[in-house]
Amino acid sequence: MPSMNMIQALNSAMDVMLERDPDVLIFGQDVGYFGGVFRCTAGLQKKYGSKRVFDAPISEGGIVGAAVGMGAYGLRPVVEIQFADYIYPAMDQLTSEAARLRYRSGGEFSAPITVRTPCGGGIYGGQTHSQSPEAMFAHVCGLKTVMPSNPYDAKGLLIAAIEDDDPVVFFEPKRIYNGPFDGHHDRPVKPWAGHALGEVPDGYYTVPLGRANVLRPGTAVTVLCYGTMVHVCLAAAAESGIDAEVIDLRTLMPLDLETIEASVRKTGRCVIVHEATRTCGFGAELSAQVQEACFIHLEAPIERVTGWDTPYPLAHEWQYFPGPARVSEALTRVMEF
Amino acid sequence: MNKSFTPATLLEIYRKGRLINLIDERFRGLLRSGRLAAVYYSPRGQEILAAAMGVHLQQTDYLVTTYRGIHDQLAKGIPLRPLFAEYYAKATGACKGKGGPMHITHPETGVMVTTGIVGSGLPIANGLAWASQLKKDGRVTLVTFGDGASNIGAFHEALNMASLWKLPVIFLCQNNLYGESSKYAKCTAVDNVAERAAGYNMPGVTVNGNDPEAMWRASGEAVARARAGEGPTLLEAKTFRFMGHYFGDPGAYIPKEEYDAHLARDPMPIARAAVLSSGAATEAELAAYDDEVNAKIDDALQFAADSPFPDVSEIDIDVYGAAA
Ligand SMILES: Cc1ncc(C[n+]2csc(CCOP(=O)(O)OP(=O)(O)O)c2C)c(N)n1
Ligand SMILES: [Mg+2]
Repeated sequence: MPSMNMIQALNSAMDVMLERDPDVLIFGQDVGYFGGVFRCTAGLQKKYGSKRVFDAPISEGGIVGAAVGMGAYGLRPVVEIQFADYIYPAMDQLTSEAARLRYRSGGEFSAPITVRTPCGGGIYGGQTHSQSPEAMFAHVCGLKTVMPSNPYDAKGLLIAAIEDDDPVVFFEPKRIYNGPFDGHHDRPVKPWAGHALGEVPDGYYTVPLGRANVLRPGTAVTVLCYGTMVHVCLAAAAESGIDAEVIDLRTLMPLDLETIEASVRKTGRCVIVHEATRTCGFGAELSAQVQEACFIHLEAPIERVTGWDTPYPLAHEWQYFPGPARVSEALTRVMEF
Repeated sequence: MNKSFTPATLLEIYRKGRLINLIDERFRGLLRSGRLAAVYYSPRGQEILAAAMGVHLQQTDYLVTTYRGIHDQLAKGIPLRPLFAEYYAKATGACKGKGGPMHITHPETGVMVTTGIVGSGLPIANGLAWASQLKKDGRVTLVTFGDGASNIGAFHEALNMASLWKLPVIFLCQNNLYGESSKYAKCTAVDNVAERAAGYNMPGVTVNGNDPEAMWRASGEAVARARAGEGPTLLEAKTFRFMGHYFGDPGAYIPKEEYDAHLARDPMPIARAAVLSSGAATEAELAAYDDEVNAKIDDALQFAADSPFPDVSEIDIDVYGAAA
């Protein structure tokens, strides 16, 4: 099987879908001629022409709004917002229009659009290039929210998102585009080549939305995470020696509560990890749901390990970023409770 | 405004431009050798337009700029020490090390907003200008942005509001013909950004930003208009960026002939030659000025190097004001 990094896997997903479905199209800033700032759409315009893969001006609201109209017609547009930090001008279109069309039309039509956007820190991007705003979108009913942690899932989830009849906001943790990152920023960078989840089939397959993945089975404590934090949590489990069950959520909305519940009932403990700021982060929702579903099984308070409630501080990149040491401490705390 | 463009004015513009030019060269050297690790958007090629605008502004006037803003900030008079320290994420930096190069603020010299978000500065400039009008403080607000930014909604909303409210704002579009890899003409429906002013009933002026005199005249008129309470101007300065979008951008999307044609009209050597032939300064005087600037750069770099990083306890300071 070919080995791909996340960029290649995403490119492959779009290639497969452009090939299979004439109603799929790709547009956004610098995605056509140039192939995207992170190269995710490289070569696609050449292959499919500039009617189906094309550039757009710096007009995020206009881009997503046009996608909503295309979707209402029945096309399946995939748009790229260059960084999640630039998505806010399109917030109106996403929350008030894309997310509501199905309800508004009494189920007659929807906006089957996919909005791809790189997120997250660990790249010294400062406050306008490092954000993880996934919870804002998970909060909007009608939108689906996805965040893969590896090339295999990235491709399968993106295909599933494109095929999905509802609008999907698809977050791509840019720190792991080229290799898994476990938070040890002082160690050499690892590539995806040689990693089991960097083995990606060339052709069509899907990873269904709404299904979590138990990446490391364990008995002592359930760890809920997604995106870059999956690798941090796996490292923390290995380093702490605590037999953690690490669950990669993959999709935040719809949430795979079944898998989560089965795990927490078994372990009786739960640590939630995300890079986004803490207050009203997705961890708050997870914590509430776990508590509601597993109250009598819990043997310790649920812990959250998150970014700070601050803008991403340039000088404190690694204090902000929830690294393996902070996750290990939380694992220890819930074990010793 | 029919003031004459004197050799002394030319020299003043050249000196401001040269300050930007020398700092930019130094930064790129430090970045290349790994002695500075920062995101950097070089203003190489856009020095003169910033300088020719800058000479019309008072320290108390306001500036709203973008990630590619170091030339605007320097032309506005930001001191080197806090600026450089911020590039090094130090506690003595303009944003205490927590903002970084894309987010510089320095209210003492009127640098109110530097943002990494395209277009978001324009409506903020209107707010600053409204406040100046209310308080009758005589300030004008300069907001600078790129050609690509003229396609985002905020640009259009801001122009309409500024014109409607007759605000003392100068909208300076630095049209360097590219937004990231995208050519101006491929993303923009008008030949000149300034044409858009007509739709908002304000003067729109396109000027060669690399020509010190033309840029100085057009800037002077826009600033005077704002200062006199006659409302905003959309000023489009045609220019070119020589170092790509960000430091490290190979710029392969720019055809070589196009690049070379612009390089042949590099505003810095042209301005230098003009200064010399105007008699405003001698070779020796210009060399002495370079030495003076280089000494200031050395001092600010040393200051940045000697400064501590902010303490970790700073991480959640300044998210909110002090509790009442
Ligand atoms: C809202 C938003 N969308 C996209 C970006 C990504 N981006 C950063 S700079 C840039 C190009 C801007 O071009 P232009 O306005 O011409 O300014 P220049 O960089 O040429 O000075 C883009 C698309 C952004 N920062 N903010
Ligand atoms: Mg530009």
